[in-house]
Amino acid sequence: MTGDTGVADGSARIARIRHTLGAAVVVVALAAGLALGISAYTFVYAHGASYLTNDPKACANCHIMREQLDGWIASSHRAVAVCNDCHAPHDLLGKYTTKAVNGFWHSVAFTTGRFHEPIAIGARNRAVTEGACRTCHAEIVQLIDRHPTRSGPLDCITCHRSVGHLH
Amino acid sequence: MRNLRIVGALVIAVLVGAAGAALLANIVRRQEEARNPFYRVVELTDETQDPAMWAKNFPQQYDGYARTVDQVRTRFGGSEAWPRTPTKADPRTVVAQSRLEEDPRLKTIWAGYAFARDFREERGHAYMLEDQTYTERQIAAKQPGTCLNCHASTYVAFKSLGGGDLVKGFEKMNALPYAEARKLVTHPVTCLDCHEPKTMQLRITRPAFMEGMRALKATQGVRDYDVNTQATRQEMRAFVCGQCHVEYYFKGPEKRLVYPWANGLKVDNILAYYDAQKHRDWTHADSGAATLKAQHPEFEMWNQGIHARSGVACADCHMPYMRVGSLKITDHHVRSPMLNVNRACQTCHKWSEDELKARVLTIQERTFALRNRAMDAVVALIGDLKRARAGGRGDHELAAAQELQRRAQFLLDFVEAENSTGFHAPQEAARILGEAIDFARQGQLALRDGRR
Repeated sequence: MTGDTGVADGSARIARIRHTLGAAVVVVALAAGLALGISAYTFVYAHGASYLTNDPKACANCHIMREQLDGWIASSHRAVAVCNDCHAPHDLLGKYTTKAVNGFWHSVAFTTGRFHEPIAIGARNRAVTEGACRTCHAEIVQLIDRHPTRSGPLDCITCHRSVGHLH
Repeated sequence: MRNLRIVGALVIAVLVGAAGAALLANIVRRQEEARNPFYRVVELTDETQDPAMWAKNFPQQYDGYARTVDQVRTRFGGSEAWPRTPTKADPRTVVAQSRLEEDPRLKTIWAGYAFARDFREERGHAYMLEDQTYTERQIAAKQPGTCLNCHASTYVAFKSLGGGDLVKGFEKMNALPYAEARKLVTHPVTCLDCHEPKTMQLRITRPAFMEGMRALKATQGVRDYDVNTQATRQEMRAFVCGQCHVEYYFKGPEKRLVYPWANGLKVDNILAYYDAQKHRDWTHADSGAATLKAQHPEFEMWNQGIHARSGVACADCHMPYMRVGSLKITDHHVRSPMLNVNRACQTCHKWSEDELKARVLTIQERTFALRNRAMDAVVALIGDLKRARAGGRGDHELAAAQELQRRAQFLLDFVEAENSTGFHAPQEAARILGEAIDFARQGQLALRDGRR
């Protein structure tokens, strides 16, 4: 970005470029501010903060998981575990990373309307839940899980899928 | 370089802003939808028969209901749209395929009965009245008004015939000739046959089902059972279908529609009931046996299966819940779950669609193979009886074999007429067919040994 013509001509050009650049920065700042504002408003409007809590009601904020919440209310695990106990890792970083990743993909899915119904758990989240089973029921799992089968270690959820909620 | 960075930042900011706005708009729309599950546009009363009126308040449900005109084949059921040249007597331009042409053994089994003349695959709910009005069975035999119980919306007609009394109207319509009763009804099954118009609660409107359930509950020690006040909501999601998808007969000269459940819902209980009533649907033309015809006993068969035992109602698979925006509605497009596997099965069974279909097909193919063996056995017995009669053996000599034909045939028909090809209760269907084969072969032995 250096002038390659006469000196007088060059300084005027530099001033022009500076002016244009300044205007561009203002536009970007405006756009960024607008994006931030809209996102912040959406976050507040959609009760975004509730997703940072452990309240099971937050999971049914967007209608789609109402059946799962209803099922959990009638389930045996209601007395001992909320959604996050089984669906989020138990360490702080893992928990909020999982929430952020899921929050992002759920938002994409619901906004575009492109997702399979009935909803089904994905591989990553299934692993999280399997881990939760094994953490709380460690004593009994240790007794069962001594001999890995040909297809890998035993999996709690295959047989005990309905303990948290029926569907 | 710097220009490029600025442009890049602008693009990102615009995309984030647009995505945020799209998400916001979506959330606002869903919340709006959730606020009002429906809008009361018209006032619906207990006399509003026309489904188009109900459609104004419940457009989503009506859309599904209207789609029961679809004709789609499944492996063992469903219907195919066959073009036909309309005649003056029968103006239909499309019918379903003939079951009699598909399997001529049915003609032998029903010899002497109107079903041997015309029997087609059932089409969707939308066609129930039309297909009954024009079936050739109407020409083969004089049919009573009773038939309309399950082929038309009869609720309003019952009430006006009975001067406000549903049961009186039911009795009066049963006693009318079909052609006269037909003038009193206009629609196939409609909204108010299953729904109370003020609350939309499910309700029973068919006196035969009320009476049948009362008789059944009495065997379980429950007296004076009233289905409309004592059934749970989940039970009602099967009972409304059980008003028609059942075994029945017309009792006495007044042609009262009766569901034969006074001993229980199993095929053996029903047969014992008919035996005690000394009831026969017709006398078999070839064999002279006092034969019975089973009619679509889906409700009874489902009751013997694992789904009923687990509290899964008809509507859960045939009218599964579906999401429309933020609303959860019942899909009123009543159809085979095989055409809607994800909603019908995958809500509970987390397997792929192909796997679930393969499981159903395995059950149905096994049932169908056994059904074919049972049918061969019954046809063989009928053939033996026919030859014995032609050879001059009198009915008193053939009584034991005729009785065995009656039993074998009813058991076979109970699975054959049931529209799930065994799926509603696989082991029960196999048990029934196994016994049917045994009874038919026993009948042949009785003839051979000259047992009476």
